[in-house]
Amino acid sequence: MLTAPTLAHYLVLGAILFAISMAGIFLNRKNVIIILMAIELMLLAVNLNFIAFSYYLGDMSGQVFVFFILTVAAAESAIGLAILVLLFRNAGSIDVEDLGKLKG
Amino acid sequence: MSFFTFTFYVFSAILIFAALRVVTTRNPVHAALWLVLCFFTAAGVWLLLRAEFLAITLVLVYVGAVTVLFLFVVMMLDINFDSLRTSFRSYIPVGATVGLLVLLEMALVVIGSRVAADAAPPTPTGSNTSALGRLIYVDYVYPFEIAAVILLVAIIAAIALTHRKRRESKYQNPALQVKVRRQDRVRLLDMPTEKKE
Repeated sequence: MLTAPTLAHYLVLGAILFAISMAGIFLNRKNVIIILMAIELMLLAVNLNFIAFSYYLGDMSGQVFVFFILTVAAAESAIGLAILVLLFRNAGSIDVEDLGKLKG
Repeated sequence: MSFFTFTFYVFSAILIFAALRVVTTRNPVHAALWLVLCFFTAAGVWLLLRAEFLAITLVLVYVGAVTVLFLFVVMMLDINFDSLRTSFRSYIPVGATVGLLVLLEMALVVIGSRVAADAAPPTPTGSNTSALGRLIYVDYVYPFEIAAVILLVAIIAAIALTHRKRRESKYQNPALQVKVRRQDRVRLLDMPTEKKE
């Protein structure tokens, strides 16, 4: 029967989420948009771990770190998508192979 | 089975399924929509962990801003997405192997540790938002301001990267106007004057 969730349940959930997004990066080797989404999912898994530890250890600092991770992740996705638009404008595709054309 | 347990398993199942669909779906618009579902259910799980403020922030910032940004970009770019999936099947063995290895390693860590099993959650007192706010504005005030600067840098970088000079529009460049000197505008001609009678 399903047991009541403990810290280990949340950690395993985070691990599954991280593994899925890790596999997703390999599966969509060519599509930059899906890779960015998979990175967002990874950060979500990390945040889940932070919040679970924060709750079970009774330390609010973990939630503050999640707050900062959310900020940096939002900045990262904004810049990543801007680079993506630039790549599409210059190369005409969003293939990862074409990212080398952006140098300089 | 209590309602709390039931909610946790339902949210977890939806979260894992939606995450799988994000990385396997054919259409990136659908992937972005599955990502929305992911964030919503993750916010539900965070509510179970008494992180109310962060759960609401996740919905507002991620569902409201980041995923909408993804949708905008996906719809704005005219891409042949089928050509990007040509080698999808050939990467399945590698992706599955790496994913399973990562999962196995993390599971070993979680199962092997004693802390994870018998830590009992202390009951939180008071409002989550006010406790978080006190931490941010007292203990972590400098990191908080650095976070604000990071956001500002992100805004400027995104605009600077994607800004395109429009050739057809007529506008003044103030820097050039200020920099102009008399020699650039006024030309003195040294002409011979007319002869007097």
